[in-house]
Amino acid sequence: MTDVTNHSQTHEAQMGDYFALMKPRVMQLVVFTALVGLLVAPVGVNPFIGFVAVLCIAVGAGASGALNMWWDADIDAIMKRTVTRPIPSGAVQPGEALGIGLTLSIFAVVLLFLATNALAAGLLAFTIFFYAVVYSMWLKRSTPQNIVIGGAAGAFPPMIGWAVATGGVSIESVLMFALIFMWTPPHFWALALFVKSDYGDAGVPMLTETHGRKVTRNHILAYCVPLVLVALGLGFTSIGGPIYLAVALILNVWFLKGCYDIWRRTDADSEADDHAIEKHTFKVSLYYLFGHFVALLVEALMRANGWAVL
Amino acid sequence: MALKVEHEIHQRRKGRNSGVGLLLVGMVGIVFGLTVVKVLGLTDVRQMERFDHVARPQLEPGALEAAEQRAADLAAQAEASN
Repeated sequence: MTDVTNHSQTHEAQMGDYFALMKPRVMQLVVFTALVGLLVAPVGVNPFIGFVAVLCIAVGAGASGALNMWWDADIDAIMKRTVTRPIPSGAVQPGEALGIGLTLSIFAVVLLFLATNALAAGLLAFTIFFYAVVYSMWLKRSTPQNIVIGGAAGAFPPMIGWAVATGGVSIESVLMFALIFMWTPPHFWALALFVKSDYGDAGVPMLTETHGRKVTRNHILAYCVPLVLVALGLGFTSIGGPIYLAVALILNVWFLKGCYDIWRRTDADSEADDHAIEKHTFKVSLYYLFGHFVALLVEALMRANGWAVL
Repeated sequence: MALKVEHEIHQRRKGRNSGVGLLLVGMVGIVFGLTVVKVLGLTDVRQMERFDHVARPQLEPGALEAAEQRAADLAAQAEASN
């Protein structure tokens, strides 16, 4: 006789659990930067095709998030910050996350190809591969530079948006990529300096733990300097302009000052004021990226309407 | 006795099933919308005949122009002979 006992899960997975697999907070940044990359391009895109393209980029990013959660389920179960994620909490089975990740990846890439062009679809496929395989499976557990190289995955969306509109890659899209790529390390390490993490327990090498906090402070400043050059350089391309340059100048002085202050401090200073400078600089880093992309959008809007500042 | 017996799994999975239903409707909407946008974006109405799983050499690039040129040549010849 067949055993028909129902092994019910403690928590029935709902749509929200599957949605959480896609890392919705990361998707917000992806959607915003991809949309800016698409809108600042010199070639217009049909609004519906633009909407489908951004949706595909967001779904592709979400799919790579699901693949990341499938692969990292073992370490997510160890760390406090990630223990409530759908797989370690038991809401979603690892196989389901793998299936969702692979299906949505293929769906997003194929639909983006049909809606736009092969380059945009190819870049999206590479981004998913980079985040799921190069970052999650290879770099994350093997080198403290994991977030530096892995940050490339988060930097591709504006480049894909640009490719959707133009069908190509240009200095503008490369610099938008470089802006996010160079911004990720100081942004993330500023956070690492004040958040008590348990990456060490999970066997993930983070710079603060493998090389110490002083080296991390040095790295923050070292990455901030080329970041400033990239950010200002973008202002002299076809998508920049006086408004962008003014905003970039203010934001870069602000962020560079924060990174310099972090570099100057010792851990004793940091402990004494509960990491006030580190927390402040982390907050500035959020305004920094958002401000640059909003300024690019304003420049595009002004060009489209024929409004000249100078 | 109820005419329709519903298993408790239907109630338990109602949210998931509704979500999947909405996603499928959204998918249909996207494919339909893309079709409308792509078809309306065609510069020549004859291009609509392109994807009918049959080789149509007359629709290949240059074929239309060549045919028009040939027709113009024939018209010119006919006029000259009159």
